[in-house]
Amino acid sequence: MPQRVSIFVTCIVDQLFPNAGMAMATVLERLGFSIDFPEAQTCCGQPAFNSGYRDEARTVASHTLKVLEGADYVVVPSGSCTSMMSHHYEELFAPGDARHHAAERLSPKIYEFSRFLTEVAQVEDVGARLETVATYHDSCHALRELKIKEAPRRLLANVKGLDLREMDAAEECCGFGGTFSVKFPGVSGGMARTKIDSILRTGASTVISIDSSCLMQLQGAISRAGLPIRTMHLAEVLASR
Amino acid sequence: MSTTFDRKIDATLSDPRLQNAIYKATGRLMSHRKIAVDSDVLPEFEELRTQANAVKRHTIENLDWYLEQFERNVLAHGGHVHWARTGTDVADVILGLAKSRNASLIVKSKSMTTEEIDLNERLEHHGLESVETDLGEYIIQLKHERPYHIVAPALHLTRYDVANVFEKKLGVENETEIENQTMIARRVLRDKFLRADIGISGANFLIADSGAVALVENEGNARLTTSAPKVHIAVAGIEKLIPRAQDLATFLKLLGRSGTGQPLTVYTSFLSGPRREDEVDGPEEFHVILLDSGRTKLLADPDKRQSLYCIRCGACLNHCPVYRKIGGHSFPWVYSGPIGAIITPQFHGVESEPGLPFASSLCGACAEVCPVKIDIPKILLELRADVKASEKRHAVNEAERAVFRTFAYVASRPKLWQRATKLAARLGPRGQGYLKKVPGFMNVGPVRAWLSQRDLPAPAEKSFREMWKERGR
Ligand code: SF4
Repeated sequence: MPQRVSIFVTCIVDQLFPNAGMAMATVLERLGFSIDFPEAQTCCGQPAFNSGYRDEARTVASHTLKVLEGADYVVVPSGSCTSMMSHHYEELFAPGDARHHAAERLSPKIYEFSRFLTEVAQVEDVGARLETVATYHDSCHALRELKIKEAPRRLLANVKGLDLREMDAAEECCGFGGTFSVKFPGVSGGMARTKIDSILRTGASTVISIDSSCLMQLQGAISRAGLPIRTMHLAEVLASR
Repeated sequence: MSTTFDRKIDATLSDPRLQNAIYKATGRLMSHRKIAVDSDVLPEFEELRTQANAVKRHTIENLDWYLEQFERNVLAHGGHVHWARTGTDVADVILGLAKSRNASLIVKSKSMTTEEIDLNERLEHHGLESVETDLGEYIIQLKHERPYHIVAPALHLTRYDVANVFEKKLGVENETEIENQTMIARRVLRDKFLRADIGISGANFLIADSGAVALVENEGNARLTTSAPKVHIAVAGIEKLIPRAQDLATFLKLLGRSGTGQPLTVYTSFLSGPRREDEVDGPEEFHVILLDSGRTKLLADPDKRQSLYCIRCGACLNHCPVYRKIGGHSFPWVYSGPIGAIITPQFHGVESEPGLPFASSLCGACAEVCPVKIDIPKILLELRADVKASEKRHAVNEAERAVFRTFAYVASRPKLWQRATKLAARLGPRGQGYLKKVPGFMNVGPVRAWLSQRDLPAPAEKSFREMWKERGR
């Protein structure tokens, strides 16, 4: 009997990068998991939380807590949204609040996609093949809040045909930062360009990340610069054959 | 959002020479640190950070006790302690001492605390000459600027800039060799040291159980400042306390490594009391001025008071991708970078620069390197909430608040959310990859800001939800 996993695809994947979500589902199904997509899911509430709107973040968090209540595992194609739900939901509600306990119960069930593969499914080789020279971008929340560094690299190391090259600034922020990207566009854009310089030094033609928001920032700046580099979500790489 | 803040940011971003200078200098400090804290060199580094955090937490939570112990021990060693509520109080103490001792020339070693209260300006206003003796500080004093960085005050200046400053202000040849520049400054400063009546220093640490002031430096000028003149005055914020002399070992191992990648700074001075009978050098008088200036206000907040653990190593600045773009002078106060972004609103009120806590991508690089483990991103998030609470009270930024209220309303009603996102996707040009521009009616506010730097992804032809439905289960 395959295990059931719920997926929380995040608002940005739902609207802008659905292929990343589909790819994640494909990889999980190939590994024998049955997928549940809770229809009532919306957004994790991070935009409001990071912008200082705590009440509004609480409203959205309360909803998401309800939506994900019965899940055994929740797999998320984003380090940032995972961290919001597994780390910050608890902070939003006072310890006496029922939702604080709901957040505590949910937290250990939420997994960022690459961590789910390596820690729960315990696979490092998903049988993927992709002919490309690639580099991996560490998204900040995955790296520093969730301490995800090796899992995506190990998964990528097993993709046939993929030549993975470390960039010198792998751990440097892409400059997205949610509303920061439009509140301080010049700074944010400058950070993206600095990151792209590092990407270019690897000679990679594909940039891979586990967060679509970073990829949107990087691809946006790459496209503006007219560079022959594409961005791919880890799930899309792992679903390739 | 304050326009001054934005203007200074834009000015820095559009200056390629400055961009290069900041990026190179901070990059160097980053790579030096990396080598110095490597687990091969210092396996106990992470433990030291945990320990330093615990010591600071304990001290800050028992600050009144340690302050009294410190005062008792300074007095026991023949020194004096002055309590200052404000920068004006500090200046008054120094002016009083200068007057009764007929002093006119003061030499200073580097101190962010005295920068914080504009001490030089205050003293000069009363006819005293106050000369910075740290090379970087001296250069920016000549330029009438504020420090660009809490550890490297002249980080933004190249040797060519320095040559111009010296030529203009000291009337010397345009000298571009760093060694020769140092010699020029040394000559001027040596004379000042010989004639100075008072030496003012800051304090890296105040040590409660010994009534001592610890100072770290690389140039030896702090040694001279604190020993050549008859009177030494140390000005320090009350948060600089650590309980015991033995704690110093922990902090010294962290401070130099985190800031500049030095296992230890070149000089470390441990100063307690004036010169004793059997000693050959040292001042005749030893004064410590303990400054509050808003620090007790920070103590009141159990979450944010960890901001007072800071040992001013500068690592968070060097590793901050935002500091590396916008530099030190864009920040509204003398404290720049991540530490500046969290303490400025706490000292001066969130209204003083409401944009400041938002000038961060929350990447967390600062907290990752902070030797005393201050959770800077968490404090930024709390300050953002404080800004929004204040805006609400003052009915400012109503439009943005309406947007987020609507967002929360819709995002907690799945049917409405689905209809709204579908509608939004229909409005825009769907399935067209990355756009260079959008229809005029969409080119507003955040979209325009985004497009000023990057192309914008168009909504997908079909949302995940739609694709999932079509696929069936
Ligand atoms: S906040 Fe931490 S990293 Fe930044 S200057 Fe202070 S001690 Fe150093």
